[in-house]
Amino acid sequence: MAETRSRIASRVGALPPSGIRRFFDLVEKMPEAVSLGIGEPDFVTPWRIRETAIYSLERGHTHYTPNQGTRELREKLASYLARKFGAAYDPDAELLITVGASEAIDVALRTILEPGDGVLVPQPCFVSYVPCVVLAGGCARPVSTVAEEGFRVQVEGLAQADDGNARALLMGYPNNPTGATLTRADVEGVVGYAAERDLLVVSDEIYAELTYDGSHVSVASVPGGKERTILIGGFSKAWAMTGWRLGFAAGPAEIIEAMTKLHSYTVMCPPTVAQEAAVEALEGCEGEVDEMRREYNQRRRVVVNRLNAMGLTCFEPRGAFYAFPSIASTGMGSEEFAERLLREEKVAVVPGAAFGDCGEGFVRCSYATSMSVLEEALGRIRAFVERVGE
Amino acid sequence: MATDEILQLLVGNARLTSGEIAERTGRPEGEVKKAITKLEKDRVIRRYKTVVDWEKMGEEHVFGFIEVRVSPEREVGFDAVAERIMGFPEVHSLYLMSGTYDLLVVVEGKTMREVAYFVAERLAPLDHVISTATHFVLKRYKVDGDVMEERAESKRLPVTP
Ligand SMILES: Cc1ncc(COP(=O)(O)O)c(C=O)c1O
Repeated sequence: MAETRSRIASRVGALPPSGIRRFFDLVEKMPEAVSLGIGEPDFVTPWRIRETAIYSLERGHTHYTPNQGTRELREKLASYLARKFGAAYDPDAELLITVGASEAIDVALRTILEPGDGVLVPQPCFVSYVPCVVLAGGCARPVSTVAEEGFRVQVEGLAQADDGNARALLMGYPNNPTGATLTRADVEGVVGYAAERDLLVVSDEIYAELTYDGSHVSVASVPGGKERTILIGGFSKAWAMTGWRLGFAAGPAEIIEAMTKLHSYTVMCPPTVAQEAAVEALEGCEGEVDEMRREYNQRRRVVVNRLNAMGLTCFEPRGAFYAFPSIASTGMGSEEFAERLLREEKVAVVPGAAFGDCGEGFVRCSYATSMSVLEEALGRIRAFVERVGE
Repeated sequence: MATDEILQLLVGNARLTSGEIAERTGRPEGEVKKAITKLEKDRVIRRYKTVVDWEKMGEEHVFGFIEVRVSPEREVGFDAVAERIMGFPEVHSLYLMSGTYDLLVVVEGKTMREVAYFVAERLAPLDHVISTATHFVLKRYKVDGDVMEERAESKRLPVTP
């Protein structure tokens, strides 16, 4: 009898499940657990935005929009990017509204990669980068970053990982899971390297608004950056709009046009109601975004301070809403640490290894959680660390 | 800027210690202490209050919003009348308004009758008060920035990327 072929395509079957998945299953069975494992804002979307969405539905705006996204949102986005990212984009030719930054990452990679193309991926990084590279036919070349350098990608690291067939660099700063940000000099270095090696840069800057020390430096804002960069962003983080599924890509017209083609065949267009609401997000919510940033910043200081005080050395994260302490002092691996902490103290953190091999020895603690929950969780972590250290 | 942040934190929770404020704002504790002392001395911080949900204590609190029309006095305008009104402990707040009436008096009492009595016996007979119109509060949705009804938080998945 002929061997029956798996019904799952091998390239999908071969993808490892996310390191977060296993933890999710464990935590889900423990409803009383306190979670610092959540990668989305605890804030609800500002009312102004929700109210705009309600009005949009009331008026019956329930149809498809142009593939690229509504002209109004693209215009607002162009002026926002010019203002906040220091990069001028043509709303007609250089912007694409997507279903979250997630879709933008996927479509960007599938648009630019030939089978076998290398993609440099600084790690630790967002869990979907490597799978998206693989599904687009590319080969991910992990680039290690280290706590001593504040987890900032350095040119030497890129050169080391580059085997000569790299086509692109895929990175995200401010970084999930480390909270690292790049300085202007870092960004110039990276862009210089990309220019020298003729790499495209896919730059996921979804956490740009959540930068606490200094201001965000976009890859598209430095000389030579914009023309080789697909800048990706979204509304999930700073506007607390994760459930709305809205993001964007900005880049050279030729690439955006090709991405739009792919996007038109897969999603048609992003949700109409979300696009109309996002106009309000860009236009009327500066105060709300400032307020959330201020609150995250306060929590950030508390978390970093307490972690360091209990001996979990934590470099200072300057962006996003994560702290990434070293757990070396406990002598445990990150999986073991996270699992024991969960079982013994009912606190969920994510093992650093879920974000790449060089994340081993660290755990990700999200501070997108109310101060009272944070205080409770930090107290339990301290009790745990003291106990295992005896 | 830093003073601003200290004030905002205290407005949210007056019981935060200088140490806690220092940790959250990234300032030395001594500096925070000094700033707060100065704010208190300058009466920028007037006092620390507690927001109480009296209904949970089983106590009825009735609020009446009383629109008062007044004939202003020469020289002192509305202030003299306002002065006489605000002295009563029943008066929760008092505002001079633009529009069709002059003073808005918020009166707090245990029953509607008590509030109505206060208006009839104390407010209306005052010199210069031309008329009053009493409106009782039926339900308080949001007070001083606080939404009264506690709602279940929308649930997030326990672990996400
Ligand atoms: C670095 C990074 N990029 C992209 C995303 C996905 O965002 P979106 O909700 O816009 O798809 C996330 C979400 O956690 C993220 O952390």
